[in-house]
Amino acid sequence: MTQVAWIIPLLPLAAFVALVFWGDRLPGRGAFVSIAGIVLAGLAGIKVLLEVLGGARADLTYQWVMLGSKPLTVGFVVDPLSAVMLAMVGIVASLITIYSVGYMSGDPRFARFFAYLSLFQCSMLFLVLADNFLFIYAGWELVGLCSYLLIGFWFERPTAARAAVKAFITTRVGDFSLMIGILILFLHTGTLAFAEVFKGIEAGQIGGPLLTAAAVLVFGGAVGKSAQIPLHVWLPDAMEGPTPVSALIHAATMVAAGVYLVARTYPLFLLSTGHQALWVVAYIGGLTALVAATMGVVEDDIKRVLAYSTMSQLGYMIMGLGVLGYTAGMFHLITHAFFKALLFLGAGSVIHAVATNNMKEMGGLARAMPVTFWTFLVATLALTGIPPFSGFFSKDAILLAAYSQDKLLWGIGTIGAFITALYMGRLLWYTFAGSFRGGAGAGGHDASAHLHESPAVMTVPLVILAACTVVLGFLEHPFERLVHFEGVEAPASNSGLLLLSVLVAVAGWAAAGAIYRWRIIPSTLLRTQFRTLYTLLVHKYYVDDLYGWVFLKAGGVVVWAAGAFDRYIVDGLVNATGWIAGQMGLFLRYLQTGREENYLLLIFLSVVVIVLVRFVR
Amino acid sequence: MIGEAIAFYLLAAAMLGFGVVVVTSPNIVHSAVALVPVFLGVTGLYILLNAEFVAGIQVLIYAGAITVLILFVIMLTVGGTGLRIPERNEQGPIGFAVAAALAAMLAIGVTHTAWGRGGGALPAYTPGAIGQSFLGPNLLVFEGTSVVLLVSLIGAIIIARKEE
Amino acid sequence: MITLTHYLVLSALVFALGVYAVLTRRNGVAILMGIELMLNAANINLVAFNKYTAPGAMQGQIFALVVITLAACEAAVGLALMLAVYRSVETIDVDEINLMKW
Repeated sequence: MTQVAWIIPLLPLAAFVALVFWGDRLPGRGAFVSIAGIVLAGLAGIKVLLEVLGGARADLTYQWVMLGSKPLTVGFVVDPLSAVMLAMVGIVASLITIYSVGYMSGDPRFARFFAYLSLFQCSMLFLVLADNFLFIYAGWELVGLCSYLLIGFWFERPTAARAAVKAFITTRVGDFSLMIGILILFLHTGTLAFAEVFKGIEAGQIGGPLLTAAAVLVFGGAVGKSAQIPLHVWLPDAMEGPTPVSALIHAATMVAAGVYLVARTYPLFLLSTGHQALWVVAYIGGLTALVAATMGVVEDDIKRVLAYSTMSQLGYMIMGLGVLGYTAGMFHLITHAFFKALLFLGAGSVIHAVATNNMKEMGGLARAMPVTFWTFLVATLALTGIPPFSGFFSKDAILLAAYSQDKLLWGIGTIGAFITALYMGRLLWYTFAGSFRGGAGAGGHDASAHLHESPAVMTVPLVILAACTVVLGFLEHPFERLVHFEGVEAPASNSGLLLLSVLVAVAGWAAAGAIYRWRIIPSTLLRTQFRTLYTLLVHKYYVDDLYGWVFLKAGGVVVWAAGAFDRYIVDGLVNATGWIAGQMGLFLRYLQTGREENYLLLIFLSVVVIVLVRFVR
Repeated sequence: MIGEAIAFYLLAAAMLGFGVVVVTSPNIVHSAVALVPVFLGVTGLYILLNAEFVAGIQVLIYAGAITVLILFVIMLTVGGTGLRIPERNEQGPIGFAVAAALAAMLAIGVTHTAWGRGGGALPAYTPGAIGQSFLGPNLLVFEGTSVVLLVSLIGAIIIARKEE
Repeated sequence: MITLTHYLVLSALVFALGVYAVLTRRNGVAILMGIELMLNAANINLVAFNKYTAPGAMQGQIFALVVITLAACEAAVGLALMLAVYRSVETIDVDEINLMKW
């Protein structure tokens, strides 16, 4: 399987083509075809992973065109990094696709949803298998396109349409940065294949500030795609899309592509002078981890809290890669994919039952939806880093690496962990504990009697994901043996730090319980006491407003100027040409009067002029 | 020689003076009549140039036939009804400028050219020499001219004929 | 002492008068008179050249005779045309003879 791994993206692609042309007429209105495509791809991915565990590798390259004198080689690479990504994407995407059958049932554009899902799956798998910048950029753009299509799936909603455009444009800024980085590398090494580029860098074809700049520009793409500061503004708005989309794209896979990119191009960062590029990566990651967590504390929309959580966890992954925690970052990516997908699917299940996203209108759902509640609890404990769930192992690996490199980043990470536990606890208490606060029905009847668990097609994936979340934590050491970078060693374990992390997490839970569950410290009191902080957080540090003011207003000026230029100068030139022709006509018509005396005058005048000219010469 | 000079300048003055009358007079009949002194002036010039036969023909044809013809046509057209047509059209100033420029250019060109002098001398009795030449080397011209005369005679008659 | 140049300058002036008449006059007959002036100027030139530059042959005078003849023909036909035009449009003002003009 490893040698023909390039077939894996083609399976969901075939599903996409079938769904586009025959859509509703396929069995199950297209869902079965889509599920078949991704499940087959997932099984193939698992097979590849098993083979790679046994030592198989594949490096398939083709010469595509001749650029000048050097050929452009493109191809696919199957190594531990791509193998774990293949398996993860395959499993998580399969479960989410199955879940979508229940969640999207009754939607008028059902088949199109699965078509888009299949296209996305193809793009993501293609991205993961790429062994050169060209393919990874192609996959990058394709997943961006699918993200736009899926966020704006319910395009009748203006907020959804705007969110889709915002996502696309913001990630476009990152994509542009990535492209410039790729071009710089290509200019100096003459090739786009990863291995060749890294060899070129080691041979000294590019170095110093230019290499650092190229690395940071490539990281810029990751900043956009993984919603790091300052290109983070699109991810909360992207929650306008259907929940399976949020789970698949904006939690497990597409946003992870940025982390994957950094891991894939790790030599770029390692070889930059004094690891400058790595410090940029680490600090942006750490900053995002902390700031996103703070913004999640004041959100009332359940999906947005999870979005900020995703942003924060991505920050952890990026920070992990930045502090030489290559394995730690990747491990957290894998575990996060599972429990974040689980969290989103669980939120989707909740939304499906209560028909609202607002946590303040939920409550008491633990009794009404037990499967959802227990799986959600497992995921939340994993996310906040409570052992023995997977999140504990992966997050602490990152904090360990941070501690050994930069204590400040470790401190930021630890504070972030506290706040993570705080907002996740808040989410859990609000949604599942207490009594149901929502659904004010006419005549005051108890709306909670209508709450029920979601159908099996939605709950079974939840259970499977929860099982993975529990199991994965214990696979840390095999993972380390499989996925590691030459010359980058994981730091030795420090049980004191581990204990401290657990205490911090528990403290966060306790604080959440004190404020939101048992009302020991009422949240309203906190809100008035820390009013400026609260306002700042609710307005997301005014970043959206800043961007709107700077770019949209400034852009508006540019647009107006361009329009005026087109109307007055370009059109004016064209109109002027016509006007000149008209005027010349008005002037020249006097040459043809029809009267011989005028013609004779012209003849004699011409003779005079010719002789004069001859004389003047 | 001095006589020749006086004659030349008198004739030139007469020609130019009456010529101006021809081209500027508002009265068409005045213009036509002023043609006669011009033609007679040309005749005088021919005599000064030892071209007696040409001078005689000039008087006969131009001052005689053509002038009368012009007067007849004036009489048959506007003269008969006494109509007064405005004589100057709108090209007056620029026409004057062009004509003056033309004259100046010709004059300058002529005065700056060194004219050579061929050999030989004019015969004393030019009509004889002309006759000999017409029936000798220039016979074709002679015959051709007579054909043209015939054609124009017939043509003029046909054009000016009254419609029946 | 009268040289060739005198005659040539004189004929140039007469020619200019003829040009002025042709360009400026509105009466058709007046235009024909201008044409006659021009032809006479040319004749003066021919005969003058004959005497001063090529007295061996009679070509100049022959040419001048032919020109006189042709001028007569042309005047005849031209004036006949004027008569014909007058008969149909009642005027010989060339500005008014514009039936052929669009």
